[in-house]
Amino acid sequence: MMGRIEGVPDTIIELAMVALAVAIVLAFLRLVRGPSLMDRVTSLELIATLVAGTVAVYAVGADDPALIDVAIVLALVAFLGAVAFARYAELRERS
Amino acid sequence: MTDWLATIAVILGVVLCLLSAVGVVRMPDVYMRLQVASKASSLGIALLMLGVALHFGELSVTIRALLVLIFLFLTAPVSAHVIGRAAYIARTPLAVGTTPDDLDGAYDAETGRLSGIDDRPAQAAEPPARADDSGIIGS
Repeated sequence: MMGRIEGVPDTIIELAMVALAVAIVLAFLRLVRGPSLMDRVTSLELIATLVAGTVAVYAVGADDPALIDVAIVLALVAFLGAVAFARYAELRERS
Repeated sequence: MTDWLATIAVILGVVLCLLSAVGVVRMPDVYMRLQVASKASSLGIALLMLGVALHFGELSVTIRALLVLIFLFLTAPVSAHVIGRAAYIARTPLAVGTTPDDLDGAYDAETGRLSGIDDRPAQAAEPPARADDSGIIGS
């Protein structure tokens, strides 16, 4: 019943990119609307994660394994940014 | 067969990523948004990386995909916790109808340390049950 396919079909890759773009736009909506600083930090981190996912999908579509390294770096940088933001907000609140 | 599995993993991963973005827009307060943003997108990326590993089918790519996963699974809970803690200390309001708030009064306003549930101000008349057990309680 299931026919043979060579790799992940291009249509799937394109639809996945569109869906991830919509997801990033939705996260950006929360970034703009807030209302609190922590909402914005949350959505920034989500955006970084989604971009890492987009890079992974693109790596599959372009058949280029070197792009996975980009996803590694993005995942790490997003974490550092979120922790720094949260620490700053907490210290500012206490003083 | 592997190609089908990779395709299914990519589709499921993308759907989960999209759902987590929808949740971040729809959820009523910061804490619920944090929950959606950290958990759903972690699983989404995990499935995407599974798709990558299946698609390439090489050891070096699989190891790097696993590396992304390990980083993400280690860091996502930590950053969600730190953000949630900062939001609570900054007194970001909870959603209407959130009961009970077990952390109410448990954070020391000056040091930011979490004191024992037993000696928050409301129950100060009773002696704390385990005041000598650790340095955390009654800090």
